[in-house]
Amino acid sequence: MAIEPVTPPSFDGVESADALAAGLESVGYLPGETTALVSFLAMRLGKPILVEGPAGVGKTELAKALSRFTGRELIRLQCYEGVDEAKALYEWNYKKQLLRIQAGSAQSEGSGTESGGTWDSVQDNIFSEEFLLERPLLRAIASPEPVVLLIDEIDKTDHEFEALLLEILSDFQVSIPELGVVEATTHPIVLLTSNDSRELTEALKRRCLYLWLDYPDNAREVEIVRLHVPEIDQQVAERLVEVIDMVRQLDVKKPPSISESIDWARTLMLLGADQIDQKVFNDTMSIIVKHRTDLDLVAERVGVKLGNGNLG
Amino acid sequence: MFANPAWARFTSGGPEGETGGIPPLLVDFSRELRDEGMAVGTSELLDAFGALGEVDWSDRVQFREALATTIAKSQQDRELFELVFDRYFFRAAEAEAVRQEQSSEGGNEHPDGAPQTGEAQEGQETDETSADGDQQLDADALRDAIMEALAREDDDALRDLARLAVMTLAGGAGSGVIGVDVQRVRRSLQLRSQDLPGGEAGEQLRGQLQTFEQNVRRELEARLIANTGKLPTARPLNELNRALPSGGSADLAAVHRSVKMLKRAMATQGLEQRGHQRGGPIDVRSTMRSSLETGGVPLDLKYKPHRPRRPELFVLCDVSTSVTSASTFFLSILHALHDSFKRLRTFVFIERVAEVTEVFENERSFRDASEKISNTAGVADISGYTDYGRVWLDFNEQVTADLGPRSTVIVLGDARTNGRDPRADLFGLVTAKAGRSFWLNPEPRLYWNYGDSVIGVYEEFCNGVFECWTSKQLEEFVRELTAVPR
Repeated sequence: MAIEPVTPPSFDGVESADALAAGLESVGYLPGETTALVSFLAMRLGKPILVEGPAGVGKTELAKALSRFTGRELIRLQCYEGVDEAKALYEWNYKKQLLRIQAGSAQSEGSGTESGGTWDSVQDNIFSEEFLLERPLLRAIASPEPVVLLIDEIDKTDHEFEALLLEILSDFQVSIPELGVVEATTHPIVLLTSNDSRELTEALKRRCLYLWLDYPDNAREVEIVRLHVPEIDQQVAERLVEVIDMVRQLDVKKPPSISESIDWARTLMLLGADQIDQKVFNDTMSIIVKHRTDLDLVAERVGVKLGNGNLG
Repeated sequence: MFANPAWARFTSGGPEGETGGIPPLLVDFSRELRDEGMAVGTSELLDAFGALGEVDWSDRVQFREALATTIAKSQQDRELFELVFDRYFFRAAEAEAVRQEQSSEGGNEHPDGAPQTGEAQEGQETDETSADGDQQLDADALRDAIMEALAREDDDALRDLARLAVMTLAGGAGSGVIGVDVQRVRRSLQLRSQDLPGGEAGEQLRGQLQTFEQNVRRELEARLIANTGKLPTARPLNELNRALPSGGSADLAAVHRSVKMLKRAMATQGLEQRGHQRGGPIDVRSTMRSSLETGGVPLDLKYKPHRPRRPELFVLCDVSTSVTSASTFFLSILHALHDSFKRLRTFVFIERVAEVTEVFENERSFRDASEKISNTAGVADISGYTDYGRVWLDFNEQVTADLGPRSTVIVLGDARTNGRDPRADLFGLVTAKAGRSFWLNPEPRLYWNYGDSVIGVYEEFCNGVFECWTSKQLEEFVRELTAVPR
């Protein structure tokens, strides 16, 4: 693998956070001011971003949008409890290695040469790139084209796994004992997302820029809904976001996410509803509320309010 | 566009500014953050410098966000950062202004005593001249402009208008007491809360008015500094000293926060423990199966999957009269616990013990839940005095069979038996079956074991006994919980 100094990333098109914001908007993602700024800094400084926030505020979507905007491939590592380096980094393809050894011994028997001489060559052979199975992290590092690397739900992993990430995040390299150090030839944009279900280690945080994503304010969410469902009426969209916001204010177990707002808007369009009254709301409520106890609560608080018509 | 000209000059210095440039200020700023308990490392500072090189310095939001993203690495840190940022940079900017003024002109005071800090800001200059020129931009016009800015939620404009309002209305040097001057400004602008329309629109306006008032307050503070030529002492961050929660929603949020920490602490603790027993028992069956691929040679050892440790919590809460003041706090802990833990059973007790797990699961609002408990739990028989002996007897009968090495028992109570037999032997049975047990006592440590308090008797059976009557102490408990040597 070619060992070259990592070239600092250059993004000719993106001169400022505003330009990046406009670019992200053009691919269907409306970033907040902070989001755009932090993404911009991450690209310029070549640092990973640690994105935290409640479920459904568009953390993963940000990575996808960055990939779409920069035209880079998105490599995604979905974390879960028990993910290890064989799943995330690399693995030796030992079946193939075994075949290679067997083929080698068959050959040497046929030609009659002594097998001792081939040991070194076999050993060299079976620990080469040909027998290496690349997993997402190594793939992102070794890729000749610059990529966007998304490490999703990092808080689900074990502590040990975080330690594994440190080398990649700070130096963009992977040490493989049998092979040496694989260094990145291009600079990937790295995003780590976390639902904040446990404290991440200081060492990991130290290497990242921190971005807290929260639900957007109403005006922005209307824009987002209108961006994805352009045929929706402005008034209906405003009303819809208002109701969603009301549900989020309640003490519900699972507040509706942005994508659920969009789904709801789509549903309303399909049903041909041109306003949100109590009946429409009760019929379609299950799209934004996914918990039985929540359903009762929301029907009681929001549904009745809609029925009285004293909203907005 | 800047509201504060001192700020503008302060940032325009650039990283290579010779005297009093940014680097020493940032270092000083980070020291202040550390004093408030945030871990700011050198690498974070270096990142901050790097980030500042990429953003537009003259934009206050960009400047702040660039610092925040590199320095504050969690939500809690971010809150702290905002508070310290406002306090520190405001004071730094003013101190710089005072220093430059004194060294250059030796007190070139404005005719009416307004701070002459903005010689570089043209927009500001015109503002001031217009304010001085025809002496009063009249109060009504100003009020309209402010209301308009409030409606637009235009922070920059609000800052400017606050400055203008102070200039025109507070008059002269002001009273020297900021609170009084703020009231004076609000009165003359007819922006007191009773002047606002009622209803929802009024509510919203009121919220925004607070931002405006903050601006006014800051402006007055700046004038005070300019007039007296020295800085007032730094105020401590009052918001961070939380007192005994009394059931208000803000306090509830504080309890929720520390319980969330508890949850994280327990989750993390499980992980640490699993780390030690890594590579535990080999799963023979699946090792054999996978060895078929390699001709029966078990190249790849398969281990039995380690079950994630799910802490089981059993929480007992005293709701008798002797702990009345603390029981709201305790109930709010229970409430928060139910939000965070799936495998949790809660009990309340006075003379008898009753399980209230279902109440908390079905009632989402804290008030409903606590009402229901006091009405229907049926834990008091006759006297209303706690009977720990009876409670342990009941508990042993009903629940102890469900305890296991993975369970954690937490008792919230003052351990005052009202002269009855504490039956520590029965409590010993409970703790022997449970993996760990903790006692949280709402009384100050000083009162323990005086009178009818028998906490000492129970203490020997517990893994830990903690004084706990504020959310801060609850946080301490959580912290010590993680530090318990295994």
